[in-house]
Amino acid sequence: MARALVNVPKTAKRGEIVDVKALISHPMETGYRPGPNGRLLARDIIDRFACTYNGTEVFAIDLHPAMSANPYLAFSVVATESGTLTMTWSGDKGFRQSETVAIEVA
Amino acid sequence: MAERDPTRRATLAFGLGAAALVVVRPARADAARRDAAIRAFTGGAEARAGRITLDLPPLVENGNAAPVTVTVESPMTEADHVRRIALVNERNPEAEVFTARLGPRSGRATLSTRIRLADTQRITALAELSDGTFWQDSADVIVTLAACVEG
Repeated sequence: MARALVNVPKTAKRGEIVDVKALISHPMETGYRPGPNGRLLARDIIDRFACTYNGTEVFAIDLHPAMSANPYLAFSVVATESGTLTMTWSGDKGFRQSETVAIEVA
Repeated sequence: MAERDPTRRATLAFGLGAAALVVVRPARADAARRDAAIRAFTGGAEARAGRITLDLPPLVENGNAAPVTVTVESPMTEADHVRRIALVNERNPEAEVFTARLGPRSGRATLSTRIRLADTQRITALAELSDGTFWQDSADVIVTLAACVEG
């Protein structure tokens, strides 16, 4: 399991726009970099990230090798109801990881 | 002396030609590849300037992690929102950086992340709105330490 950090406010007013920050430790090997033996290292990146709010996808992004290692994403969502936000990263070599955070909407 | 001149010239010309061959790197996206990536995003439609702002520092010391923020002016309502935001470059091995999908539930059309830059170049941000229009903004960036050069 890669270490992941997700920052979402614990509470929000209904209709408020909240900032979501998601960071995961991942080398994001581009596939263009030579290894110790001079051969190119195989590509190993996260190519998709999605954020679902109570099961509905509210944000998704396709990533390419030009994304930095340990990809960081900051975006926003409208706090519509209490529930959970699930962040899912998926990519090469069968990589898949999810993190869930709760949000309470008053 | 006079007889040797053509030979010297030929040698020089050959040397320059060889140098040019070495400089051209096949695994680099040039402006044409960037334009192809823009066309792939817009489907051939014209991307106008305005409404979208690409914010990145003019001088990046570490090309492995350059902070980028893309903001689109939009009320983000059901009737008028940003559908997609993309970032393309011209001199990395691949022209695409990311393509994001947003909607009215995003609230704000803003996205921040960190990207790799293999060279001093021009970066272009694109946005597709719910009314089917495309918008773009570009920024020039100078990179001191390029990504991908160190093993």
